[in-house]
Amino acid sequence: MDKTSRRQALRLGAALGGSLGAAAQEPRSLGRPLSAYGERSRFVKPVRATRVTKTPEAGSSSTPLADTFGIVTPSALHYERHHAGVPDIDPATHRLTIHGLVERPLVLTMDEIRRLPSASRIHFLECGGNSGSEWAAENGPTVQRSYGLASCSDWTGVPLRLLLDEVGLKPGAAWLIAEGADACRMQRSVPIVKALDDAMLAYGQNGEPLRPEQGFPLRLLTPGWEGNVQVKWLRRLDVTDQPYMTRDETSKYSDLMPDGKARIFTLPLEAKSVVTFPSGGHTLAGAGLYEITGLAWSGRGRVERVEVTLDGGRTWVDAKLDEPRLRLAFTRFRMPWRWDGRAAAIASRCTDESGYVQPTRAELIEARGTNSGYHFNGIKLWKISPDGSVTNVHA
Amino acid sequence: MSTRSFVALAACAILQAQTKYGVGRPPSEAEIRALGATVAPSGAGLPEGSGTAAAGRELFARKCARCHGEKAGGDIGPALVGGQGTLATAKPIRTVGSFWPHATSVWNYVNRAMPFDKPGSLTHAEVYAAVALILHWNGIVSENQVLDAKTLPAVRMPNRDGFIPDPRPDVKRPGAPGK
Repeated sequence: MDKTSRRQALRLGAALGGSLGAAAQEPRSLGRPLSAYGERSRFVKPVRATRVTKTPEAGSSSTPLADTFGIVTPSALHYERHHAGVPDIDPATHRLTIHGLVERPLVLTMDEIRRLPSASRIHFLECGGNSGSEWAAENGPTVQRSYGLASCSDWTGVPLRLLLDEVGLKPGAAWLIAEGADACRMQRSVPIVKALDDAMLAYGQNGEPLRPEQGFPLRLLTPGWEGNVQVKWLRRLDVTDQPYMTRDETSKYSDLMPDGKARIFTLPLEAKSVVTFPSGGHTLAGAGLYEITGLAWSGRGRVERVEVTLDGGRTWVDAKLDEPRLRLAFTRFRMPWRWDGRAAAIASRCTDESGYVQPTRAELIEARGTNSGYHFNGIKLWKISPDGSVTNVHA
Repeated sequence: MSTRSFVALAACAILQAQTKYGVGRPPSEAEIRALGATVAPSGAGLPEGSGTAAAGRELFARKCARCHGEKAGGDIGPALVGGQGTLATAKPIRTVGSFWPHATSVWNYVNRAMPFDKPGSLTHAEVYAAVALILHWNGIVSENQVLDAKTLPAVRMPNRDGFIPDPRPDVKRPGAPGK
């Protein structure tokens, strides 16, 4: 290196040294250390919606459907419906007793149940009262308030049929009376045909044990049926020859018709879908590209088709359905949309594998009146104003 | 090995042969009873004990009125009386008297779920008395009618025939909003 080069190098070094010094004044801080049980980012805020009542042990909270992706609901956001609070059950002391019209009554510990052949399946769960406000003239302003008593999880457990084979059904066995270990000993009657078909005793939810709010340590699952019959904190299955006409299958969850008669045991939930974006409470930032998305499901099997309207139902376009499309599970639909900034009325309607097409609210009311209160599965229309605001209106 | 233990072992083997997995154990009768009463519309499962509306008044005032109102007209908790004749109107009122099809269901529910903040605390006699009072206030039984495992299932509820099977799918036309 000659003299000139050395001088240049020294000058360069001085310049670099100056800038390195400036950077060293503001080091990046380390992130959080390892943690035993993960939490979501503090910037992510969606929570279950509740209503303030004098008896918060009896009520419901709804899933923020517009803030979930894909088809699986995070366990912490799964909707809740409790009748006497969430019991705090030690699985080591929990027992399931199966008795009644059976050859060999059984009492089982959780450890014994978990030794039995198991299965994992993705199924939606929906309260029979979900969207009940839609029957009335005034309804919830958001998809969470109107449609959020529905969630979808990956459930793990024992096929109920396996245990019924194990206890041996006696002639005349036609119903199961399922009972929970919550304070009110919640009880529902379940037709034995469902128990022998695809019902399941679930102890797992989305890769970990059931959340207490979902029935820890054991719940009944009757896929595709109203949530209330899928008894949580399951402690007893009494096999009988008749339904017991319990409070929650007679005075509740029955559908009152205009003639004063009430339909009872309306258990499978009919095909239903809803646009979750854009939906009530959202504000579009201006004309341009958006992705319309939403969820569809049916208690009668697989979702075969979801159509979307942008003009209040005059014309319909097929949305793209995510795979896999599973029986009795949420199906996610999507459709790219270039908003022109003008008023629009958006809705979805689905068709299930039985060929049943989701009806309008008006058609449901024509068939059932407005007093039934439960099992509303009508098309949900969102109105988009030129200012980008999205509001809840009746179809 | 004694004859007796050999017989016991053989019985075990037979029991195991009948079940595929051999998990769990048979509950005793006492264990099943300890799970609590569960009641069919036929009355099967109703325990011993009895009560009248007259006997239920003091109990209701002490343990039920706080939520359901002094005369069961409803407060924090739902109304338990009234509403007969309203089911086919624009404002149906669904109560024990107007809507519930079986008196046995009322007994079963009160026994397992009431009072709301202390479920399971009522004696069987208290449950019979509370149910008798609610039914009396609805004009279904007399003040001194004794309700027990025999008489309760025989009570004819006003809406006994008010329930019909599920006829769905009941909307057959494909839907479209705005038409």
